[in-house]
Amino acid sequence: MNVARRLLLATLIAVLTGLALRAAAAQPQPVEPRIVSIGGAVTEILFALGMGERVVAVDQTSRYPAAARALPDVGYARALSPEGVLSVAPTLILAMEGAGPPSTMEVLKQASVPVVIIPDGHDQEAVLRKIAAVANAVGAQEKGRALAAEVSEDFAALDAMVKALPERPRAVFVLSASGGAAVVGGSDTSADAILKLAGLTNAMARIKGFKPALDEAAMSAEPEAVVVMRGGGQVLDAATVFALPAFAGTPAARDKRLVSLPGSYLLGFGPRTPRAARDLAAALHPGAKLPELPSRPWSAEPDQ
Amino acid sequence: MSLEGVAMAASGEGTRGRPVAAGLTLFAVLAVAAVVGALAIGPFTIAPGRVFAVLWEWISGAAPAGALRERIVVLDVRLPRAIVGALAGAGMAVAGALMQGVFRNPLADPSLVGVAPGAALAAVAFVVFGAPLLALLPQPLQVVGLPLAAFAGGLLTTLLIARLAEHDGRTSVATLLFAGLALGALASAGTGVMVFLASEQQTRDFLFWTLGSLGGATWMKAALAAPFVLGLLAIAIGLSRGLDALALGEAEAFHAGVSVERLKRTAVVAVAAGVGAAVAATGVVGFVGLVVPHLARLVIGPSHRALVPASALLGVAVLLGADILARMIAAPAELPLGVVTALVGAPFFLWLLLKRRAFVG
Repeated sequence: MNVARRLLLATLIAVLTGLALRAAAAQPQPVEPRIVSIGGAVTEILFALGMGERVVAVDQTSRYPAAARALPDVGYARALSPEGVLSVAPTLILAMEGAGPPSTMEVLKQASVPVVIIPDGHDQEAVLRKIAAVANAVGAQEKGRALAAEVSEDFAALDAMVKALPERPRAVFVLSASGGAAVVGGSDTSADAILKLAGLTNAMARIKGFKPALDEAAMSAEPEAVVVMRGGGQVLDAATVFALPAFAGTPAARDKRLVSLPGSYLLGFGPRTPRAARDLAAALHPGAKLPELPSRPWSAEPDQ
Repeated sequence: MSLEGVAMAASGEGTRGRPVAAGLTLFAVLAVAAVVGALAIGPFTIAPGRVFAVLWEWISGAAPAGALRERIVVLDVRLPRAIVGALAGAGMAVAGALMQGVFRNPLADPSLVGVAPGAALAAVAFVVFGAPLLALLPQPLQVVGLPLAAFAGGLLTTLLIARLAEHDGRTSVATLLFAGLALGALASAGTGVMVFLASEQQTRDFLFWTLGSLGGATWMKAALAAPFVLGLLAIAIGLSRGLDALALGEAEAFHAGVSVERLKRTAVVAVAAGVGAAVAATGVVGFVGLVVPHLARLVIGPSHRALVPASALLGVAVLLGADILARMIAAPAELPLGVVTALVGAPFFLWLLLKRRAFVG
């Protein structure tokens, strides 16, 4: 009883004083960091830099390479639990911008584990920025520059082959189709960005963000192809998509033209983005003969 | 619990002294066990002995001896989480008991008076449009911007509903219910509009908020929620004699000297503030307010003088128990708390319903 009362009293005092956040004394940085990697692109970059063995846990979007999928999963990047992250005893947390919730990030920062936020973005500049940020955080600047150079080459090769394409087919990115309404990727989305990189026109660019599209609007946009992502447990096959009223009667449905790529590959905006864009372009510019991008050590593994 | 059950027990409460005391003891033991479990169990492995050693160091002010990370997990993660969970569980359960008593309806719960829909609307509006507002807040308060918005939204919606139901100084329970339904629907529609306007990330942030979690529990949230929830508990205890009289009917309660109007108004405002604060701290955690009072009544009977503390204790036990499951099932990831309470609460409620059908027909 006495202990309980003291606990209660202590709790009350703690609550009333509003709690000076205990500034924890800085721990000496161990030589070999134990990294928690939040964000598919961050994880890919870490592995590409040869830091894969240092990664002890990842988030749900970290699907590449296979070694990352075998690691403990701390959950969805925007709904992290502080204790879950701390339970793998990290000495460094690398998180894509937007990881959260903010209260969890606050607790993690207090926990005297360095948290490095990697800026997000959906173009070549952003991918190179991510590589530099991750490389800096793990002290692998040299390897980071080499990786950035390879990725820049890939972007340049992609750019050259896409510029040479005679047409810009109209495509729609479909995120989900639960309840019969297609949620499409409008402008200002990662989906819009990858369509453009692949030399496609986003037929739904008039919508902003990922939103349910009006059936008639989707129809009158006359998309010639539908792009979907694979993985994360959802199945969006051609039969399902083209049975939607939004796509009945579109050129895409007539030609049964649907491309499905792994979500982290297609929308991750990591080092493999030029490859994803090239694959998308190759699938949707059937007339053109697009060369493969040179194989890299960090892209050699087949996608799940 | 049916009306006849309430009336019966309210008139014969004197004979139930012993089971009430035993029941309260049982719930107290469960609540303490849940708090101990919440502090001792988690994906971060710490020997239970170490957990209590760290707590003791902290309480007694002894020089910290343990590893830094152990102290952080116990004092900055688990302890605030247990306190927020205990406050939310007690607050929601007592609010449910209070609402069921005021409405004399076994299905009443705090969402009937618009707290949850109002809080959800304000929360999503904050997620979508709050960024500029956030910059105006001082740093320590930025993390609680969303909870504050949710609290204000829940409170305002409920006060509006209460105002609509008042006529000639009297609050009609039927009007209150209908106004609650209508404004609740309106708030949900507003939430839908906000979700539509939101970006994909904002939508997901909001979705996780509506599923509830203690994962974001901080000392700040505990400090903000505590006065409101403790106030709700105190008011509920103060109202319990009146609620017992009300169980016999409004006229009977009036003749027994209960100011029925004041009781109703006080109850609604206390529920709005207490649940608003709980929802703000944890997001929407369903079924606790509805189910826990029923469960408590099964053991200790319907007299509010016992039901209010019993619901509070059982609410603590249920919410913290659910949270232990939430963080252990998918570790190191975390299942949303509202998912766990609904998964456990809904089948239980169905069982209760089917069991009662055997009596009622």
